[in-house]
Amino acid sequence: MAKTFKKPEALSDQHTHYCPGCTHGVIHRLVAEVIDELGVRGRTVGIAPVGCAVLAYNYFTFDFQEAAHGRAPAMATGIKRVRPDLVVFTYQGDGDLASIGMGEIIHSANRGEKFTTIFVNNTVYGMTGGQMAPTTLPGQKTTTSPAGRDVEDVGMPIKIAELISALETPAYIVRQAVIKPKYIVRAKKAIKKAFQYQLDGRCFSLVELVSTCPTNWGKTPVEAIKWTEENMLSYYKLGEYKTPEQFEED
Amino acid sequence: MGKILMKGNEAIGEAAIRAGCLNYFAYPITPQSEVAEYLSRRMPEVGGVFLQGESEIAVGYMLFGAAGCGARVFTTSSSPGISLMGEALSYISSAQCPAVFVNIVRGGPGLGGILPSQADYFQATKGGGHGDYRLLVMAPDGVQEAVEMVMMAFPLAEKYRNPVMILGDGLIGQMMEPVEFPDHLKSEPSNKDDWATNGMDTRKSNERNLVKSLFLNAELLEEHNRVLKAKYDRMKKEEVRYEPYNIDTDYQVLIVSYGIISRVCRTAIDNLKAEGFEVAMIRPKTLFPFPEKAIEEAASKDSCKVVVSIELSMGQMVEDVERSVHGKRPVQWFGRSGGDIPTPEEIIDVIKSFVTL
Ligand SMILES: Cc1ncc(C[n+]2csc(CCOP(=O)(O)OP(=O)(O)O)c2C)c(N)n1
Ligand code: SF4
Ligand SMILES: [Mg+2]
Repeated sequence: MAKTFKKPEALSDQHTHYCPGCTHGVIHRLVAEVIDELGVRGRTVGIAPVGCAVLAYNYFTFDFQEAAHGRAPAMATGIKRVRPDLVVFTYQGDGDLASIGMGEIIHSANRGEKFTTIFVNNTVYGMTGGQMAPTTLPGQKTTTSPAGRDVEDVGMPIKIAELISALETPAYIVRQAVIKPKYIVRAKKAIKKAFQYQLDGRCFSLVELVSTCPTNWGKTPVEAIKWTEENMLSYYKLGEYKTPEQFEED
Repeated sequence: MGKILMKGNEAIGEAAIRAGCLNYFAYPITPQSEVAEYLSRRMPEVGGVFLQGESEIAVGYMLFGAAGCGARVFTTSSSPGISLMGEALSYISSAQCPAVFVNIVRGGPGLGGILPSQADYFQATKGGGHGDYRLLVMAPDGVQEAVEMVMMAFPLAEKYRNPVMILGDGLIGQMMEPVEFPDHLKSEPSNKDDWATNGMDTRKSNERNLVKSLFLNAELLEEHNRVLKAKYDRMKKEEVRYEPYNIDTDYQVLIVSYGIISRVCRTAIDNLKAEGFEVAMIRPKTLFPFPEKAIEEAASKDSCKVVVSIELSMGQMVEDVERSVHGKRPVQWFGRSGGDIPTPEEIIDVIKSFVTL
C-alpha cells in the first residue's frame, strides 16, 4: 500500500524533545513541507535560536547554524550578504526575538535583508521555565509575574507583526496561528509565501505564529488550544500586515 | 609595487582585500572608523560586501553567520566595541569558525578616551567572552607590520578554524607611514566542505553541516573542550612570534614590550648603548601564544639583573612576563595609560631607576 501521509524529506526521523501538545513540532513540519515543495533543501541554512527550539537542527535534514540568544537575524544577515544564493531562515521564540534580540530583528527587517523569520509567539520563556515574556498577555500569570502581568508596571505586550509593519521598508509580514487545522492551513500558506518572496529576492519576510506552551501555562494540550483561541487571538489578530505589493501600488 | 604613504586604518582595510577577504561588517568607533569609510568605497570596487551593522553585537554575529557558511570575513573596532563582540567571539571560537577581528585599542575602562592604549591585553589574551577559549592574538608595531599581520591572519584563522585578533592601538590606526603591500594571497578560502553551512548542493557528500556550540552532555562538552585545547596547545608550539633586539650583548636589563611603545623602547636602548649601558628587548609579535621561552632564556642570561615590562596599561602583560621568567629575575613594570606615549628619555630614567635599586 502506498503511504499517503509521508514525512517531508526536510524533516529527520528523530523523536523531538518537545512536550506533548507543544506547537513547535507542528511548525517544524510546516517549514519542512514548504522547503520540500520549493525544492530548496540543498541550499537552505536554518538558524536555531536559544529557546526550546535550540535543538531544532536535530529535526531538520539540511545545514543549520545555532545562534546566541536573540542574534539569529544578525547571523542570517551575515550569511545572506555573503551567499545570496542560499535560502536562509531564522526560527525564533518571543523571548529571543521580542526581548533580547529586538535590535537585531528590527534592523534586519529595516534593511530589507532577504531572509525569512519564523517567529513563535507562545507568550512565555518556555525553555527557562515559563517566565514572563514581552508577549505575555495582561493579567497572565507566569513564574516571574505570579500575580499576573501588571501592565502599569511592565507595559503592554508587544505586537511584533504590527511593530515591524510600521517600518517603511517593503516586507512581507503576517501573523497566523497553529492551534487547529483551519489555522494551520493558513499558517502553511503564509510560510510558503514568505519563502517565495525570499526566493524571488523581493524582501524580508516574517511569519508570526500564535503558539502554545501547555507545560508552562499549566494546561493540558486541549485546554491550551482553547485558551489560545479565546485569549490570544483577540489581542494578536491574524492576517497579512504588510506585503511588498502594497508599496508598488502606492 | 613600491612603497606608498598610507594611514594605518586604510592600510588595514586594503590589506584585508589583498588577503582575499571581500566581506566586511563594522560599526563606527574612534579611532578606527577610517577602516569602514575606506572599505565602504573599496568593497564595491572589488565586488565585495560592505555592511554597517546596527551595533557591535550584531556585527559579531554577522561575522559568525558569514564565517559559518565558509566565507572569509573580518571586522574592525575599538575597545568598547570589542567588549560587545566578546559574546560572539566566544560562540565563534566554540563553533570553530575562522574570522579576523582587528582592535584599534583606545584607553579604558568605560568610555575611557580615544588615544592609543594597550589596556585590552587581558581582554584579548585571557577572554573577553565566557568559557574556555583563546584567540590567536598578533600585535603590530607599525603600519607595515599591521598590513603583514592582517594578511597572515586569514590563513591562520583558517588553519586553526579559530578567530584571530590583531591588537593595534589608536596611533597605528591614525598615523601615516610608508607601506609596501605583499602580493595578493590566493583568494579562495581553504576547503570548508566538511564543516561549513555552505549549502548541501555545493558539496560532494550528502551530509548536512552544523555550526553550533551547545553540548548538553557533560562528556561531550569536555571532549569538545579538549579538542579546542589541543588547538591552543598547537598554536603555542607553532605560532609563537617575537623579535629580539640587542640581545647579543651583555645587557643588564631586559625589556619586554610590544606594539607602538616598543619603538620608543628601541630608541631608548640605542641611546643607552651610546652611553655604554646595554639593554635588550624581546618584542612579542604574538601575545597569544606568548613567547614565554624566549623571555625566560633572555632573562636567564648572567648579565641580566632585571626584567621590565613596558606597556601602555596599568600592568597587564607584566603578569605573563612574570609567568615566563619563573622568578629567576625580578620583574618590574612601567606603564602609561591615559593616551600619552612616554618619550625615550622617560623610559631611560625608568630603566636606570630599576638597576640602581
Ligand atoms: C544571553 C543569554 N541570556 C539568557 C539565556 C537563558 N535563556 C535560554 S532560553 C531563554 C528564553 C527563551 O524563550 P523564547 O525565546 O520565548 O523561546 P521558547 O523557549 O518559549 O520557545 C532564556 C532567557 C541565554 N541562554 N543566553
Ligand atoms: S516548555 Fe513549552 S515551548 Fe518548550 S517544549 Fe514544552 S510546551 Fe513547548
Ligand atoms: Mg516563548
